[in-house]
Amino acid sequence: MSTSDVAVTKAARKGPTLAQREARLAYSMLFPTFIVVLLIVVFPVIWNVWLAFKPIKLGDLQTADLWAFTDLTIGNFNRVLRGRNFWPVVGVTLTYTICGTLLSIFMGLCAALLARDVFPGRQVFRGVVLFPYIAPVVAVAFVWRMMLNEQFGFINEVADVWFGLERASYLSQRPLALVMVILFEAWRYFPFAFLFILARLQALPRDLYEAAAVDGALPSQRFWYITLPQLRGVLGTLFLLRFIWTFNKFDDIFLLTGGGAGTEVITVKIYDYLFGQFRVGAAAALSLVLAAILIVFLTLYFKFIAVEEEY
Amino acid sequence: MSRDELEQIVFKTLKVVGIAFFLLISGFPFFWMLVLSFRPLDQVIQEPLAMPSVEQVVSLSTYKGVLLPSPEPPPTLNLLGMEIPWNLGTVPGGKFLVQFVANSLGVAVVTVILTLIFSILGAYAVTRLKFRGQGFFNVMILLIYMFPAIVLAIPLFIVFSRLGLRGSLGGLIIVYLAQTLPVSLYMLRSYFQTIPAELEEAGLIDGLTRVGVIRRITLPLAAPAVASVALYVFMIAWNEFLFALLFLLEKPNVWTLSLGVYQLNTQEVPKTWLMAGSVIITVPIIVIFFYAERFLTEGLAAGGVKG
Repeated sequence: MSTSDVAVTKAARKGPTLAQREARLAYSMLFPTFIVVLLIVVFPVIWNVWLAFKPIKLGDLQTADLWAFTDLTIGNFNRVLRGRNFWPVVGVTLTYTICGTLLSIFMGLCAALLARDVFPGRQVFRGVVLFPYIAPVVAVAFVWRMMLNEQFGFINEVADVWFGLERASYLSQRPLALVMVILFEAWRYFPFAFLFILARLQALPRDLYEAAAVDGALPSQRFWYITLPQLRGVLGTLFLLRFIWTFNKFDDIFLLTGGGAGTEVITVKIYDYLFGQFRVGAAAALSLVLAAILIVFLTLYFKFIAVEEEY
Repeated sequence: MSRDELEQIVFKTLKVVGIAFFLLISGFPFFWMLVLSFRPLDQVIQEPLAMPSVEQVVSLSTYKGVLLPSPEPPPTLNLLGMEIPWNLGTVPGGKFLVQFVANSLGVAVVTVILTLIFSILGAYAVTRLKFRGQGFFNVMILLIYMFPAIVLAIPLFIVFSRLGLRGSLGGLIIVYLAQTLPVSLYMLRSYFQTIPAELEEAGLIDGLTRVGVIRRITLPLAAPAVASVALYVFMIAWNEFLFALLFLLEKPNVWTLSLGVYQLNTQEVPKTWLMAGSVIITVPIIVIFFYAERFLTEGLAAGGVKG
């Protein structure tokens, strides 16, 4: 028996343990996800930081030296943060985000309370109410624009003919345009809140309500003292998710107003830096600022609001 | 009348009003989209609230116009030094809205298949196998779930430009994959956790491989969750607009339907066509949804609440 044979049998006897084999299998199963996330999420995020310090223009994208250290600058941040309308844009973004989030959750709560009990056509109701959420944003944004058109829009026509109100150009006039994009946001995403809240409502134990009814609790009291406290968790989660997503929302406002008439939010401004002014570096810098503001708000949320839910 | 009775009556009335209100605001815009897709703009301006005539509906002329080739030469628009055709009905090489329907369908189906394969493997590993870094992986999934797409958009735009991946549907699919994988993993993980591990262990003891266990035991039991993930991913890929706009704008023959319909919004294209395009992009989603509503709602709710 040669020495190498001895080595082989020893290795075979040792081998990988069952736990090692299991871990190896797990890694290989997670590998594709890991690679995709690494390439499409982690790497771009890190590289975005680097780009934010480079004076790159869209035109010289193909030729620019993207790795050179010599041209690093904070000029992009100067431009972005000191720009005339930086603070107004942040203000509009926060107004849009907070109002849109709260309104969509409130509407979702109302719709969920309605769909909770059995009534004829409840299945249809549950289906139709989800339309705004599942339909492509391009289609719904354009139908809103048509309906809000000053000249021939349904809303203006009804307001004019049926109620004798003055015609308005809803999407190109301050502050009406901001109100409209907030309403659009609430309309489009209340079904999301509806789904979550309805699922939670249906999981609430029936006997609580029976006991309350026996004790003579009014319907309003049952809602206020039984239903609402049990929904706190799901409402908090919804607020968090919707806040983050609305804050980062681009398509809705871009398609409705293009950021005009006082509706320019940070994401639309980033797009404007990129394709309106061809300043890639400034766009990257502003998207870093966006992420920073979001992180600040999340920290505040977890510090002051999420803790309260423990009680 | 007691306060209780009064409240009962008030709430009953509110309920009827509320149900009508939500049905109206959710359904009416879609009905109106359909109406406007049949009526030419000059008629709409004359009588904004009128319904289309029967002939207008039956002839389907706007739908034929928007879907099929038109003989006129394409008007072009200069963007970043590139001549790009602006009017959707007249994209060169006979590519029309039907082409975009095919592009979108292809992108959505491939995204669904890849996401399902990757997320089923991943979710199984996370729920059933022990390995180092498990906690880290779970946190990572959640973080990406909430990550702003716009922060990824600029670096990806640059990388794709440099690599020449811009204007390819493959590049778009990879991006959609990254966007849908975390949610899918999360939804499947919650569902896999409800399946008793004993069933799978029995399968292993009986001599099945891990892959065999997943195929013969886990997947059949998790079929509703898999269906809802598939629907969710299809919906995201079919509806997506931002990355399609960033990556495909200069190459009209690979436009997805979202981007194609967006390009209908110009002076040269009749608004009736824009509405017809909107109907065309909406109908498949609504049809799929009605066919499989149960899966979608249950899946979305389960993915969110159990976590």
